[in-house]
Amino acid sequence: MEAAFFTRSTMVKMKNSSRVAGVAVIKSNTGPTEGFSPHTSCPNQNTGVYTEHYGPELANCNNTVWNPLGNGLSYEDFAFPIFSLKDDNQTQVIRKCYEDHNMRMNGSAPQYPLCAMQLFSHMHAVTDTVTCMRRTDLQNSFSINPEKLCDPLSDFNVWTSIRPLNNSIKGHKENESVVIAAARLDGRSFFWDIAPSAEGTVSSIVTLLAAAQALYPVALEAPPQRNIFFTFFQGEAFDYIGSSRMVYDMENSKFVIDLDNVHSLLEIGQIGLRNGQSLWMHSDPVSRKNTTVNKQVTLFIKSVASSLNLSLNEPSATQALPPSSFQRFLRVRPVPGLVLADHQASFTNRYYESLYDTATYLNVTYPSDLSPEQQLEYETEAAKSLTQVATLVARSIYKQAGGEDRFLNNITADTKTVTLFFSGFNIFVLKMCTNMCAPSSSAESSPPQYYIGLRLDNTVKSVTRFVQFILANMTGTVTKLNQSQCQNPKDVPGESKDLYSYSWVSGPVSVNGTTDPYCVRSSVHLSKALSPAFELTDYGSREYSTWTESRWKTIRARIFLVASPQLEMMTLGVGVAVLLVSLVVTYFISSKAELLFSATREPPNTTY
Amino acid sequence: MTAAVFFGCTFIAFGPAAALFLLTIARDPLRVIFLIAGAFFWLVSLLLSSLVWFITVQMSNKNSAAQQKGLLIFGVVLSVLLQEVFRFAYYKLLKKANEGLLAISQEDTMPISIRQLSYVSGLGFGFMSGAFSVVNILSDSVGPGTVGIHGDSQHYFISSAFMTLAIILLHMFWAVVFFEACERQKWWSLGTVVLSHLLVSCLTFVNPQYEGSLIPTYIILSVMAGWAFSCAGGTLRNLKLCLTCKDKDFLLANHRPR
Repeated sequence: MEAAFFTRSTMVKMKNSSRVAGVAVIKSNTGPTEGFSPHTSCPNQNTGVYTEHYGPELANCNNTVWNPLGNGLSYEDFAFPIFSLKDDNQTQVIRKCYEDHNMRMNGSAPQYPLCAMQLFSHMHAVTDTVTCMRRTDLQNSFSINPEKLCDPLSDFNVWTSIRPLNNSIKGHKENESVVIAAARLDGRSFFWDIAPSAEGTVSSIVTLLAAAQALYPVALEAPPQRNIFFTFFQGEAFDYIGSSRMVYDMENSKFVIDLDNVHSLLEIGQIGLRNGQSLWMHSDPVSRKNTTVNKQVTLFIKSVASSLNLSLNEPSATQALPPSSFQRFLRVRPVPGLVLADHQASFTNRYYESLYDTATYLNVTYPSDLSPEQQLEYETEAAKSLTQVATLVARSIYKQAGGEDRFLNNITADTKTVTLFFSGFNIFVLKMCTNMCAPSSSAESSPPQYYIGLRLDNTVKSVTRFVQFILANMTGTVTKLNQSQCQNPKDVPGESKDLYSYSWVSGPVSVNGTTDPYCVRSSVHLSKALSPAFELTDYGSREYSTWTESRWKTIRARIFLVASPQLEMMTLGVGVAVLLVSLVVTYFISSKAELLFSATREPPNTTY
Repeated sequence: MTAAVFFGCTFIAFGPAAALFLLTIARDPLRVIFLIAGAFFWLVSLLLSSLVWFITVQMSNKNSAAQQKGLLIFGVVLSVLLQEVFRFAYYKLLKKANEGLLAISQEDTMPISIRQLSYVSGLGFGFMSGAFSVVNILSDSVGPGTVGIHGDSQHYFISSAFMTLAIILLHMFWAVVFFEACERQKWWSLGTVVLSHLLVSCLTFVNPQYEGSLIPTYIILSVMAGWAFSCAGGTLRNLKLCLTCKDKDFLLANHRPR
């Protein structure tokens, strides 16, 4: 069906009908004007901070419905495959087949042969995570050739610190007080591996990267009192996989710092649709009932507001905190923190976690005569708006970390960088990466998708790698180590594998196609983002995310014509008839063969 | 088109041939051996003609449709001629083999007459030819769809099956006439067999107008059936007697000791 029919009412009707065997939706570039969000209207309501024990009047979106356009389609259980098709030549073939054979002519039903489509998308897992993980564990214990049925969603969080910390010693660090600047790295939509997530994710990634770039030189020159962490959490769309794991690691001394070291947190929520209006600073009213926490949060708000001449507002004092990674920190400890967003109450994003949340939605349009390289550098309004927010974030983090006010004006995000990142993360990551990626990254020519996916063999998702290496390039230093030393800097004096991570970067491609690789030392690290429920093997956990993805066989579809059953049965009937007749005739002939073929014998002597 | 069409087309294409094999050949091991040898000879002729065709196609201009069509016609004609050549070769081989068999066997008469050999070898040629014509089509017919999404006729499977049926029976009749012609040195009959084979093969170029190829083929089939019947020693009189079940008296009447 065409994209216009892909609504909740149609899909529910199809789900309840016994005559639907599959659905193929033809994607369109722009969503319906009234908005479409297959996510729930209250995202992550069971794994957030508001429960019956903590802010019950705010739990389950009693107070504010964050995603009012959410129809929950992504959370329905469909018994048939649902494919999404690009609107290209092959889809035109499908349309033509329908028009030639399946359309009603003059009110009468179409005649055989009819056009049919077969969708293959066999899934190994059934029922729920508990069932399929139990079956997988059984296979792993008892079978010689274990067949896995499903895998937990996992990837890696990216984090870096201004002052490097000894990564091999986990747990509480003495005299370390850390301000965390956080953003999310993932998104989702109804369909697998389609998650353009421009407003939901890309705007916050780009802003935080630009803020890191703006802040680092000043922080190295005039170090602030507290340490600053830049963290990118992966898997937030699926019940906060990355942030819950980091908080769990912090609680159990498996992370480089622990919760006592965390001073405050500033999170960048959805900020892409500001359109020149004010930015909203959300905080948690329940933790603010405590006066110390309230004082710290108020101070934080003041320092943020005074960093830049940007219109900032606070929503009403009783409004809940929007769904954000900060909620997972609050579940454990009343950390003072803020979430920056472009919406006061419900999301301004009309396509939250859907396939229509693309760069086009953010009005990122280029004049048509630009080449791809020029498009990467064209400054759009969206990019300029994000640059302001990046400057604000960088300055407020610096101030919150105890940096001196006189250095504040040196911290400014660069619009060109923001433009480059914005186009790159939205549209073409390949071009952006020519200078800044390690040689092992693979080239992609389609827009990057932000669905977290699985990590078989512990590989890292390409977007996570991009963020890691871009951050390393921006905040790290170039060293004179050669390739083998870079991979193992144990024996090199002055270099420490505990404090830093070393990456071998291929460098910019020069005019005659050669590269000049070098070693970059930075404090950018990856931390595993796998839900603690799988570490604890509590697959039915209510505390942590238990999302898994089923294993599947090749996903494909084909169209063909189907003949009428009468014709098929007639063919079979004719065949059987021919066989029987030929058996009978052959028997007849062979039994009478003496007689039939006797003319060559000598003619009998006739007697007269 | 599903299993129904698969079985239907298999029965149509191989039904008569299978009936003939089961009821007349399967009991006699010597006939089975000669059947398989005949099939092998046909296979070798196909191998040679396909080799020639493959080489010419590689050397030709792949983009020119007219050239490819011309090459196809050339290939078909060459294949038909090679098949007939191999039929002749098989005939020669059988004559030699029969002499040899006679020499080593302990009986006075030949264990298998040349007429039976012609029938068996024709059926062998027919089996192999039918298999190569139709097995690919049958394997495709098992799937859920039918021909026609690009506008072709949906009677493809059933017409192919009927064509294969005709070809298998034709091979049998051609072999009978051919061997008879070789025995009696009737070169005109030989030429007619070759020409009719060429005609039937070239009629398939009329497809997808299936009527244009099937109807003439069946006409030729009935003509060849009659001719082979008379070569094999049948007459109208025998046939009439057979059909009216007056055979018992006839046999008794004709088997007076001489």
